[in-house]
Amino acid sequence: MIEIKDIYKSFGENEVLKGISGKFEPGVTNLIIGGSGSGKTTLLKCMIGLHQPDSGTVEYDGREFTQLNFEERIEIRKEIGMLFQGSALFDSMTVEENIMFPLNMFTEQQRSEKLDRVNFCLERVNLEGKNKLFPAELSGGMKKRVGIARAIAMNPKYLFCDEPNSGLDPKTSIVIDELIKELTEEYNTTTIVVTHDMNSVMGIGDYIIFLHEGKKFWEGSNKEISKTDIEELNDFVFASRFMKAAKDKF
Amino acid sequence: MNFTNFGKYILLLKAVFRRPEKLKIYVKAIFQQMDFIGVGSLGLISIISTFIGAVMTLQIAFQLVSDFIPKTIIGQVNRDSSILELSPTISAIVLAGKIGSAISSEIGTMRVTEQIDALEIMGINAPGYLILPKIIAGITMVPVLVIISMVLSITGGYIGGTLSGALSSAEYIEGITTSFNPFTISVALVKAFVFGFIITSVPAYEGFYVKGGALEVAQASTRAVVVSCISILACDYLVTQLML
Repeated sequence: MIEIKDIYKSFGENEVLKGISGKFEPGVTNLIIGGSGSGKTTLLKCMIGLHQPDSGTVEYDGREFTQLNFEERIEIRKEIGMLFQGSALFDSMTVEENIMFPLNMFTEQQRSEKLDRVNFCLERVNLEGKNKLFPAELSGGMKKRVGIARAIAMNPKYLFCDEPNSGLDPKTSIVIDELIKELTEEYNTTTIVVTHDMNSVMGIGDYIIFLHEGKKFWEGSNKEISKTDIEELNDFVFASRFMKAAKDKF
Repeated sequence: MNFTNFGKYILLLKAVFRRPEKLKIYVKAIFQQMDFIGVGSLGLISIISTFIGAVMTLQIAFQLVSDFIPKTIIGQVNRDSSILELSPTISAIVLAGKIGSAISSEIGTMRVTEQIDALEIMGINAPGYLILPKIIAGITMVPVLVIISMVLSITGGYIGGTLSGALSSAEYIEGITTSFNPFTISVALVKAFVFGFIITSVPAYEGFYVKGGALEVAQASTRAVVVSCISILACDYLVTQLML
């Protein structure tokens, strides 16, 4: 479980996060949603230590993360898998080398064992046999799936996904969403997805935090979201005519 | 480089020299970088050094027209200029352009495409993993390249001098073997070591802190070459002042 308490973060005069708190349970897909500039990526970066919050705490199963130094953070970071918005695959490495990279760095396994793990991860994301391809040879959806395979290579306890559907067609988006949900339930990971994709919200949002202008405006599940009467949330979720019509119908 | 940047540069270097996560992987990366910096630059350094040596001989011969000055002096001046200044400094400036821009663009691109963030999230010391092998390769291979450059520059002087008829083969060989002070080699190697550090660490710093996209990566690359060249010339003066 990851718990954040009263997170504040400013960049100069610009106060981006204003006291965000929340509890993200394992085995369910936790979503952080909000419009552009609402602070969701900043919150994610504060949670994983890429930004240092001005105040507030981030706890990984009771272990306070924000006050740890670099060496102390490494132990927690080994338990984290992350899927980046642009996949962030290492260009100079093949798919196999990308997935094997954390295993090379942090395990003493034999090459055959590592290869087995790579093949298992690739199979898990339906990319069997793509070991020798370079990131430049992959489509956007394939890159995301390799990103997921790399993220799960070390059996992470915590999985973070930053805009996993950005730049993908709706069908591929659903494949990625379902994969994230399956992995979360299968391995009981604490999964946090930052998104503004409404299909994801409705499809996999077990627990959702809605950010607006740096504040937490609402929290609940995808089943509850359509019943809310908070204007800012409705404006965000049901911004399109299609979503409005869907809401009216159901 | 203003004081804030210099402070950030020092802090980055502190992170670079943290204990590596896995020595084996770093050693492999060091050899890859040695191949890139050393072997990859050999052709360019060879061509430049040979021509500079040849041109130096011709120009010295052109200026020393007095009958009171023996022609062996041409070889002597060419040898000392090549060893002390031309081989270390010109090689370093050329390498700053070739290697510095490549290092800055590589690390800068990794920054803007979140690859450095990915390393950090995995628990890897990104400055150490990305920059340390480059610095070690730089401080070992640049001195090697400088030694090769010295040899080729002096050889180039011989070829240029004898082909043009500016001096005879015997005069040139006598010149380069007369009054040789081996300490000049030490000075050149100290310079090469310092330049090797600058050529790799300054562009790495510029690339590591890039913010933005392709344009900013290109700007960082240009800045890396400019700052490296100025730092090389400043350190050249400093080392010469301290050692000679």
